[in-house]
Amino acid sequence: MCLAIPGKVLEINNSKNPLMGKVSFGGIVKEICLDWVPDVKVGQYVIVHVGFALNIMDEEEALETIKLIEDIERQSSLSDNVDQA
Amino acid sequence: MKFIDEYRDSGLAKKYLDQIWKLTAHEWNIMEICGGQTHSIVKYGIETLLPPSITLIHGPGCPVCVTPIEMVDKAVSIASLPNVIFTSFGDMLRVPGSEKDLLSVKAEGGDIRMVYSPLDALEIARKNPGKKVVFFAVGFETTAPATAMTVLQAYENNIKNFSILCSHVLVPPAVHSLFSSPDNRIQSLLAAGHVCTVMGYDEYVPIAEKYRIPIVVTGFEPVDILQGIFMAVRQLEEGIYRVENQYSRAVRPEGNTHAKDIIKRVFKTTTRKWRGIGEIPESGFELNSKFIDYDAEKIYTIADIKTNESPLCIAGQILQGHKKPNECEAFGKQCTPEHPLGAPMVSSEGACAAYFHYRHNYLKNFDKI
Repeated sequence: MCLAIPGKVLEINNSKNPLMGKVSFGGIVKEICLDWVPDVKVGQYVIVHVGFALNIMDEEEALETIKLIEDIERQSSLSDNVDQA
Repeated sequence: MKFIDEYRDSGLAKKYLDQIWKLTAHEWNIMEICGGQTHSIVKYGIETLLPPSITLIHGPGCPVCVTPIEMVDKAVSIASLPNVIFTSFGDMLRVPGSEKDLLSVKAEGGDIRMVYSPLDALEIARKNPGKKVVFFAVGFETTAPATAMTVLQAYENNIKNFSILCSHVLVPPAVHSLFSSPDNRIQSLLAAGHVCTVMGYDEYVPIAEKYRIPIVVTGFEPVDILQGIFMAVRQLEEGIYRVENQYSRAVRPEGNTHAKDIIKRVFKTTTRKWRGIGEIPESGFELNSKFIDYDAEKIYTIADIKTNESPLCIAGQILQGHKKPNECEAFGKQCTPEHPLGAPMVSSEGACAAYFHYRHNYLKNFDKI
């Protein structure tokens, strides 16, 4: 029910109230309400639920999340070394 | 960066699993609150890959499952009226009421239409001025602002033939209810990422402190869930309890202030009954007095409803995490997605439906089916 899917903003229609735009979900394009993400730009990804963009996806944070495992592994092997010492 | 594929990477998932196995020294019960997360956990067989000392408890975060039977009966009653077009998300159509579900009303000639968005329901109202259009508004804080925006649009554009049957529910009051129960055995919570995308996670900080329970705002892909579990176990093993945000690519601490403002303009909180759980104070939204003309419960007189739940269904115990779906006598026998006895077997996010669809992941336990 709370399913929300990331999609790429292709077009923003400023003349509509509420603010609407075209968003592509892996090639399937839908008309989506962008009223709650007024700063969104074409090319950015938004997270969409029942026709409404809930937020702009943060690319930096997305990469951080993936890289976090490296920090965790480093810390874990450091503590292994300490244990062995 | 496509924001999905990267989080389904099996190599990354294995690395997190290794770290979880390394880190876990004690027995821990962790609840994922959201049905979407339950679905991912069961689909990817995540529970079978974790150390046996970690138990995942599936929470009540499936709005279709917790919508009270009285509300389903009201929907059936309104949808059966002449001159009404009843609109709903697809999941609600097969949820059993006391006597029938909405799909049966459709089979009997009722004009029931499945919509993707509440805005689609408003569009149907606009195109059918001679008909009365009702939208079945279910869902958590993720969905509530979409309903609120639609009601606001109807109000501002003076569309009078539109109303909502409102059954929105809220996560934090349910979490309070679970944690304050004397038989609570949940030690950590994976909070629902998309609810927090709208609401932020400030309101979870006092909950973590009050019940001394680590809370991790978590996403829905397998790597998200494994990372969320890792963060929860790390706090549990260290004896700390704070709110962490795993799903930072979509969730800001304050949530989405525009969406929250719309909710505040249109709704006020109210006590709601949760199917299988009971009444929880201030756990839902209803329209505030300015929008009362859009409240289907006020527009349509509904005769006294006598509810009738299946005596075999243990949905309440499943939704509170006391039992797993496969521990139900009726699971996969009298109760299947084709012939559900309770709502968790209907919704794609219901724990029973997830266990049924992905039972090959648990073949050893499910050899009777």
